[in-house]
Amino acid sequence: MMHKLTKAPLALNGLGRCFNTEKHWSAVKIIRRGLVCAQHEGDSGKNEVYDVIISGGGMVGSAMACSLGMDPNLTGKKILLLEAGKKKVMDKVPDAYSTRVSSISPGSATLLSGIGAWEQISQMRCKPYKKMQVWDACSDALITFDKENLQDEMAYIVENDIIVAAITKQLEGLSDNVQVKYRSKVVKYTWPMPHQAADSIPWVQVTLANGETLQTKLLIGADGPNSMVRQELGIPTVKWNYDQSAVVAVLHLSEPTENNVAWQRFLPTGPIAMLPLSDTESSLVWSTSHQIAEGLLELDEESFVDAINSAFWSNENQSELIETAGSLFRGALSAIMPSAGSPRQLPPSVAGIGPKTRVMFPLGMGHASEYIRHRVALIGDAAHRVHPLAGQGANLGFGDVACLTQLLSQAAFNGKDLGAIQHLLEYETERQRHNLPMMAAIDLMKRLYSTNAAPVVLLRTFGLQATNMLPALKEQIMAFASK
Amino acid sequence: MYSNKFSRLMLGLCCRKSSAVCGVVRSGFSWTTVCQQRTLWLQRNDFLEMEKHTVLRQTGARSVSQTTVDPSELRRFQSLASKWWDEQGEFAALHAMNDLRVPFIRDNLLNVHRARHPGKPLAGLRILDVGCGGGLLTEPLGRLGATVLGIDPVENSIGTAQLHSSYDPDLRDQVSYQACTLEELSAEEEGGEQEQGAAQFDAVVASEVVEHLADLETFAFCCSNVLKPGGSLFITTINKTNLSYALGIIVAEQILRIVPNGTHDWEKFISPEELERLLESNGFSVQSVQGMLYNPLSGAWSWTNSTAINYALHAVRLKDAAEDSSPHPEDHAAAAHS
Repeated sequence: MMHKLTKAPLALNGLGRCFNTEKHWSAVKIIRRGLVCAQHEGDSGKNEVYDVIISGGGMVGSAMACSLGMDPNLTGKKILLLEAGKKKVMDKVPDAYSTRVSSISPGSATLLSGIGAWEQISQMRCKPYKKMQVWDACSDALITFDKENLQDEMAYIVENDIIVAAITKQLEGLSDNVQVKYRSKVVKYTWPMPHQAADSIPWVQVTLANGETLQTKLLIGADGPNSMVRQELGIPTVKWNYDQSAVVAVLHLSEPTENNVAWQRFLPTGPIAMLPLSDTESSLVWSTSHQIAEGLLELDEESFVDAINSAFWSNENQSELIETAGSLFRGALSAIMPSAGSPRQLPPSVAGIGPKTRVMFPLGMGHASEYIRHRVALIGDAAHRVHPLAGQGANLGFGDVACLTQLLSQAAFNGKDLGAIQHLLEYETERQRHNLPMMAAIDLMKRLYSTNAAPVVLLRTFGLQATNMLPALKEQIMAFASK
Repeated sequence: MYSNKFSRLMLGLCCRKSSAVCGVVRSGFSWTTVCQQRTLWLQRNDFLEMEKHTVLRQTGARSVSQTTVDPSELRRFQSLASKWWDEQGEFAALHAMNDLRVPFIRDNLLNVHRARHPGKPLAGLRILDVGCGGGLLTEPLGRLGATVLGIDPVENSIGTAQLHSSYDPDLRDQVSYQACTLEELSAEEEGGEQEQGAAQFDAVVASEVVEHLADLETFAFCCSNVLKPGGSLFITTINKTNLSYALGIIVAEQILRIVPNGTHDWEKFISPEELERLLESNGFSVQSVQGMLYNPLSGAWSWTNSTAINYALHAVRLKDAAEDSSPHPEDHAAAAHS
């Protein structure tokens, strides 16, 4: 009855072996070695089948691993996280801010606090913001989002590295359920046949670069926008490259200010956003055409700073016609709804940029037509990739994590095979219903604001002004984006 | 309390020719035990005659036999043996029914046995799945931590079940299968070495089984035999109503082909009241009866107030009231007359 061997006798076996060979080791090391031997014994057993393997240890993949590992109904299940890179440890928060940041919605913050990572993040570094102003470069139209009386936080700006480090720390505490293999690159996936044909293995097989082959009942693909899992499955993906790249940098503000507003201005070439990091620093995300982006990277620091300030402040894109029309609209709307509307504020001016923090990356949109297959589910950017203009990319991923964890937990409580298609279909339906409208809206916004043709400008001016004056509609938008 | 069952069993044996007796019954059946008990209860013959008439009136299409298995049913399920695990195939509705029956079993057992292991709520419980087929219900119960024995007279189904569960290392220790009938198992238990006798299981599950059986009395008796005192019996089956004929047979089998044609015989359906009466006369106390409804459009089951078509029943085997099993034939006679 081989299967009946528990870890205790195996550990003792390992312990015994170590005593024979390495007598000079200290007691602690021997015990640890013994347990490691026990681990290897279990792993190399041909009959070892993981319950869940998550491919990809980024923000979303590691959040998934943590979330599954902490679920009470999944106690005792074998979960493995595979990450191609090395382990990201952050003993001390670095002084300099990193360039890649995400806007974390309250819904995502709830998920992260559920897995215990949010506490770590708040201790390390995060910046809540209370208000968001979005305005047009071609007209005076603007829209502001804020919670009532500016008391509650709308969302948080957190560096991606900090999120990953916090979750990694939590994973360390879950080593009974969740195993993490760093520097493990997957070279091949073998998919199971839907019905059990005799002699065929019904599990998903994952082959690593070091030759190891692992089996799992459910594979979760969290391997980013160029997901290998998605490509190997041959899932048709709707995708296109925007002819845009994003330039990101860390900005030093001219003077310290109560930096709790997120700013975004739609230029005809693309939106420029300034997201608060601290009272003296903000993060820049400037989406623009490839050419302009490359040009921006080549500018010296002073010219780059000038370009940023001018992008936010100058009114050169406005024509007289639009200005007149804009003020007419505003007049008309304020006649209908006198109390609504808000004055336009200007973002803080920029004095300098953080050294070596200017990078650019291409932007695209992608949506997998299916999020699931037999024994496989896609989460995060592997399933959907969006333009950063709405700050929703990470949040959609965390939403996937929350939904899939809940469904897997329920399935386990009902004794189901975790890879069964029924609850995977539920996951797909629920998330597509949420993600598709969001992605469509973001794509629409991007296209709407990519031109300075007068009719489109007039349309969006009116639309934006009208929306700004309808608090009920704004609340709906914020609620949708906060999930 | 067991006098009725023993007596009816003996009655059946008395009435049949020995050749028929040996027909379908497999060798596990303990002849000696039967004979011993026959001697014991021989003096009850008088009131047995009266019982015979009552029983025959009640069971109708079922002949009073010493085995619960109906050979024609066996043949039908043998041909379907390889199709159990196709979730979109002939047994799709049974796969979907797990959404109701697993929580039903799990929650009712958790009411009595508090879960000590998170992740394995039924750990430590022994469950018998009667008529397990391909193991559709056996496997989820095993995954929840219970030690499950699945039995089915159709050998091919057991083979399918064993093959399917062999792939999953977690299930190998939890579920096991045996190709036998409930009577055989019950007799095996009786002849076994355990001091506490036949009581082996914390729960017996007979889901979508009683509508295929030949003899429900024996079934109820054997269930009682293999259950620990206070153990649970879970049955899901189909009611015998006009509605169940219309929807369960005509629509389900012939029109929508939700189940293969000829799977069910309306005569064998049993109403919850009758089943309750049967079980209570065999030492059970029925705890709850709940109607189930299948939606062919969504392919999903749901709980419903009406037990007109499908229903689930939970009964508990009453603890033996000491050894005062001396029956009162006068009471029974009086009851039969009224």
